[in-house]
Amino acid sequence: MLYTNLKHIESAADHAKVIGDNENVMICCGRMGPMCIPVYGVMEELEDEFKHVRFFDMEFDNPESHVIRNAPECRGFMGLPFTVYYKNGKIVKATTSIQNMTQVKTILEKEFGAPVNA
Amino acid sequence: MRNGGIAMDYDAIVIGGGPAGLTAGIYLSRARMRTLILNEGTVGGQMVLTHEIANFPGVESISGFQLANIMKKQAKAFGCEVRSNVTIADLSLDGGMKSVSLDNGETYHAPVIILSPGGRSRTLGVPGENKFKGRGISYCATCDGDFFTDKEIVVVGGGNSALEEAVSLTKYASKVTVVHQFDHFQAFEHAIEEAKNNEKIHFIMETEVASFVGDEKLDGVNLLNNVTGEGHFFQTDGVFIFIGYVPNTEFLTNKIELNKWGEIVVGSDMNTNISGVYAAGDSIAKRYRQVTTAVGDGTIAAMAASQYFHQLKSKTNALLIHL
Repeated sequence: MLYTNLKHIESAADHAKVIGDNENVMICCGRMGPMCIPVYGVMEELEDEFKHVRFFDMEFDNPESHVIRNAPECRGFMGLPFTVYYKNGKIVKATTSIQNMTQVKTILEKEFGAPVNA
Repeated sequence: MRNGGIAMDYDAIVIGGGPAGLTAGIYLSRARMRTLILNEGTVGGQMVLTHEIANFPGVESISGFQLANIMKKQAKAFGCEVRSNVTIADLSLDGGMKSVSLDNGETYHAPVIILSPGGRSRTLGVPGENKFKGRGISYCATCDGDFFTDKEIVVVGGGNSALEEAVSLTKYASKVTVVHQFDHFQAFEHAIEEAKNNEKIHFIMETEVASFVGDEKLDGVNLLNNVTGEGHFFQTDGVFIFIGYVPNTEFLTNKIELNKWGEIVVGSDMNTNISGVYAAGDSIAKRYRQVTTAVGDGTIAAMAASQYFHQLKSKTNALLIHL
């Protein structure tokens, strides 16, 4: 159970629906650990600003998270969290381990564009 | 309270939202001072990196994340504003009114500043470290240990964290090699003994990591012997780095008195060398860094700052009456 204020993805089916129904999606797959919590915090902070992006988390130890753990873009990742960015259902970027606000914003702006009201 | 480029005034600004900053926020707000906490990362500081806190009096066991959220809720309940994940672009501590500017153009003013920016894990700063972060290099054994099940790994460091985490990593790894730059450890005797008694742990002393080597993932490290000056390649699947903490005080250089380690020099009231500026928590010069000591520092800083503010206010009022 992830104690965040983000929307949670509980199953592979949920995951497929989320990336199928939304153009721009960011999912942080991790645990309630020291490297993951700061990324959830950054995402919660950015939800209001990047309204054209949907933000979710998924528990790393949930067997259903194989959709992220086993993604080719996450091959070689050995640090939590695995953070993946989807555009029209396809992974356009994936990162491993902790990321700060600047790093996440840079990826969001590059892959999905800057917020319209910015 | 976002101001879109217009300056905003507060009675006190706290820089840093770890246990010291949040405690200061609670005390200042409760003293009816308009208080703003500005935090560059996630609220809670190093505290949120702790899975279990079992030595905070009055609480038998709690995660650092939960304790941080309770402290934040308390501060906000007293009227304290908290802004996290901001970037401080400039800071002016001179004169009666201090100012803090963010990278988005917002500027905040207050006669009182409490500095509690905390610290962060020290990195080696050698070639390859950034490239292999999360691809073989880790700073958290509990987070990433299971990625190295039945693999051979290196732990860099010789303090309590390094040796305790080396022992904990033997739950996963088949072999742990501790690489330490000196000929002796800085850890407590019991930690040294436990590591030395563990059959899976080996030691390479008086040696430093010169660089990380690999392509897509880490293949090994180049080691440098500090005595002979000789280097050699050491094959490993992963490296865990535990070489202490550094204070987040780079932005205070030439603005306030720091010691040679970059820690803020404070007096008994947590006062700095600048009137109206106080400091608390892991970034100050002190020996013990615990959540409890940070909370104590934050309390003292806030009470002294509150007294300073009210004296300043009385003087200003008296001056206005004379005029």
